[in-house]
Amino acid sequence: MGDKGSIWLPDAMSTFANEVDALFWFVFWTSTVLFIAVVAAKVYFMLRYKRTDETSVPEPVHESKLLEAAWIVVPTILVLFVFIWGFDVYLKMNTDPTDAYQISVMGKQWAWEFEYAEGVTAFSEMYVPVGRPVKLMMNSQDVLHSFFIPAFRVKMDVIPNRYTSLWFEATEPGEYQIFCTEYCGTTHSGMLAKVVAVSEEDFAAWIAEQSQDLPPEQLGEQLFAQCAACHAVDGSAKIGPALNGRFGTDRKLADGSTVTFDENYIRQSILDPASQVAEGYQPIMPAGYSSMSAKQIDGLVAYIKALQ
Amino acid sequence: MSDSASSSINYLNNDKSIKSWLFTLDHKRIGIMYLIAVSLAFLAGGILALLVRVELMAPGETIMSADAYNQAFTLHAVLMIFTFIIPAVPAVMGNFVLPIQLGAKDVAFPRLNLASFYIYLLGACIALGALVVGRVDGGWTFYTPYSTSVGDGVLFITTGVFVMGFSSILTGLNFIVTVHKMRAPGLTWNRLPLFIWSIYATSIVQVLATPVIGITMLLLFLEKFLHIGIFDPALGGDPVLFQHFFWFYSHPAVYIMILPAFGIISDLMGTFSRHQVSGYKFVALSSVAIAFLGFLVWGHHMFVSGQSAVSSVIFSLITYLIGIPTGVKVINWVSTMYKGSVQLKTPMIYAISFLFTFSIGGFTGIMLGVLAIDIHLHDTYFVVAHFHYVMMGGNVIAALGGLHYWWPKMTGKMYNETLGKIAAALVFIGFNLTFFPQFIMGAQGMPRRYYDYLPEFQSYHLWSTYGSWVLGAGLFLILFYLIASLKSGKKAGLNPWGALTLEWTHTTTPPNPHNFEETPIVKRGAYDYHLAKELFASGGEVSEVVTSGK
Repeated sequence: MGDKGSIWLPDAMSTFANEVDALFWFVFWTSTVLFIAVVAAKVYFMLRYKRTDETSVPEPVHESKLLEAAWIVVPTILVLFVFIWGFDVYLKMNTDPTDAYQISVMGKQWAWEFEYAEGVTAFSEMYVPVGRPVKLMMNSQDVLHSFFIPAFRVKMDVIPNRYTSLWFEATEPGEYQIFCTEYCGTTHSGMLAKVVAVSEEDFAAWIAEQSQDLPPEQLGEQLFAQCAACHAVDGSAKIGPALNGRFGTDRKLADGSTVTFDENYIRQSILDPASQVAEGYQPIMPAGYSSMSAKQIDGLVAYIKALQ
Repeated sequence: MSDSASSSINYLNNDKSIKSWLFTLDHKRIGIMYLIAVSLAFLAGGILALLVRVELMAPGETIMSADAYNQAFTLHAVLMIFTFIIPAVPAVMGNFVLPIQLGAKDVAFPRLNLASFYIYLLGACIALGALVVGRVDGGWTFYTPYSTSVGDGVLFITTGVFVMGFSSILTGLNFIVTVHKMRAPGLTWNRLPLFIWSIYATSIVQVLATPVIGITMLLLFLEKFLHIGIFDPALGGDPVLFQHFFWFYSHPAVYIMILPAFGIISDLMGTFSRHQVSGYKFVALSSVAIAFLGFLVWGHHMFVSGQSAVSSVIFSLITYLIGIPTGVKVINWVSTMYKGSVQLKTPMIYAISFLFTFSIGGFTGIMLGVLAIDIHLHDTYFVVAHFHYVMMGGNVIAALGGLHYWWPKMTGKMYNETLGKIAAALVFIGFNLTFFPQFIMGAQGMPRRYYDYLPEFQSYHLWSTYGSWVLGAGLFLILFYLIASLKSGKKAGLNPWGALTLEWTHTTTPPNPHNFEETPIVKRGAYDYHLAKELFASGGEVSEVVTSGK
């Protein structure tokens, strides 16, 4: 069912994406035809009525009431038609099916967190079943964010003081990009994730797999997805310092002192990021990660410790 | 006649001291001072835009860090919108042209007019002070709670915008009174140049909308110093409320930016077609109607903000109501040329370019007004492109047309027409090359305000950056030949374009300090060329200027 995209629009992979696209193409082609007409008239008049005689003064044109009425009435009908059509599709996009599968989405600088009813938490990848409506209940831990999946044609702001929601139904298995589209600070453009749409069976299998208790290092690897916008694990500097191969070494801090990069340093940096800022970096790490559980922090420590 | 006229006393040479400029009450000199100030703002904002485009040539870091980029695009927007576009046409051309087109000696309150200029400078300094006291990023919209969480910059910016807004209020008030009370005998409302009508409509918006930014500022201060929760969720406030306040001011502000452009285009189409502007009454009154309707559509910026679906539906509908008169105006401008006598001088080339770029801005505006489509396009480069097609393709291209049109009257010198046409072509090509690819990448999903981006968007970004260089070259060429014309330009005649409005027919070039030797008496409408055939019969200078032998 999913339609291939074009130069203008990405692939259409949700149930209502095709309806949005149909409307887009109607406005696009109507506008193009009218635009060409305006430009053609303009160019024709420009050439046809070019001034040749400096003394000539053309007579005023008797304005045709019928023509004037036509160019008010016709556009009005056209835009009302488009408005009603747009309203109809908008209603569909706004009315979530009552049997939708619900996922909680938390936006925070600069990562997305997905919580499933089964108790599973995911970070960089949001698994969803194909062919079943999915409703996202979204909230922000800090500033405004906006949740955007181009392939599904859905977008909704994510706000700190209330829930907002959106729904979609994926039509085909695949991976689709998630963007943050409300400016949220330094690494706004790194606040990315993927939707992974899979069949019902694969989805159930994924949930079951995620529900098992992971060993700390694997848990840490999974959690690290929310750190990856700012911290590399291949030695390159991003907004924050790279974290591989650092364990057990001395680290110079911005205030000139030196600490050992050990378990306590990692823990301290998560709970109170501004207290021990590495030399050469800005104290911009959000404090929001301090809400992690002790188990999660253990996992991250184990993961970072093992990074080569 | 032109020799004797231009060798006499004019507003530029009657007193050349610096003091006579800084304390001048002459609307023409105040207009020139605004021209210098907004040109500097445009230059600074433009250089920032070029830097932003270079940074975006490749994903990841190209020439600056993420924080530097975020501040650069924010500063570009603040400079361009609040210190350049909003004052550009009303304060520069409105000040210089409006009283003369009315047949008046000056605006109604000349001292207030000078005060407006200094208040504008003060406001601009306060807004720029935000950069010194703290970090300002996130674009010109300053949505809370992000903007208030990074420092006090937003307080400075809103204060600066409010102070500059006061300058707009005073200018607007001044113009409204001037238009009502100081028209020359015979200059009825139906005979007014359309430039006056549009500046008049703009003035209404300036007076009514600007107080809202003042209220917003006050609420931000209350929250900051008395900890009353208004916008900050941590204190029980609502960040979406800030968006309502912001757009309740900023959407009308968009009309402050575009209505004056409509006025310039009307004057250019009439003059260079030597023809009555088609649908004069409609064009005149629809500007005023747009000014009022402009207050009722702010919610179309907030379809995905969390505002109620019902509000979104209503805002979408009203948005179309405002789109129709705008579309009809475009048809009127095009049909003005029908059976006219079209002369393609540089200002007219800008007017023709405007019809092209502004129409694209308008059609994409209709696209964005459709509820279901806007959800996909909101906050992507599609919106960035639409905005620039309206603001730059609309306002700036019209302002360039107006600047070239009135330049001979302002300075007494002609610029180089060939260079003028080359620059107009560069601006047109460069502009479209810069912003058209942004429509495509926006529809593909590229979000705005991104420092880094996915590799599939790079080719569009590259074209856009190349375009910005062509555009920049065109604009620098204009700067170059306009300044050169002051030194070596040909002397301008009284009425090089054969226009029928009073600044061309009844004043010397440049005008004398009091505009007119004697009060003009108006016997025809601004575009009634067919009633002035005898003036054109000789094929020479069209002028009724009275120099009374001086």
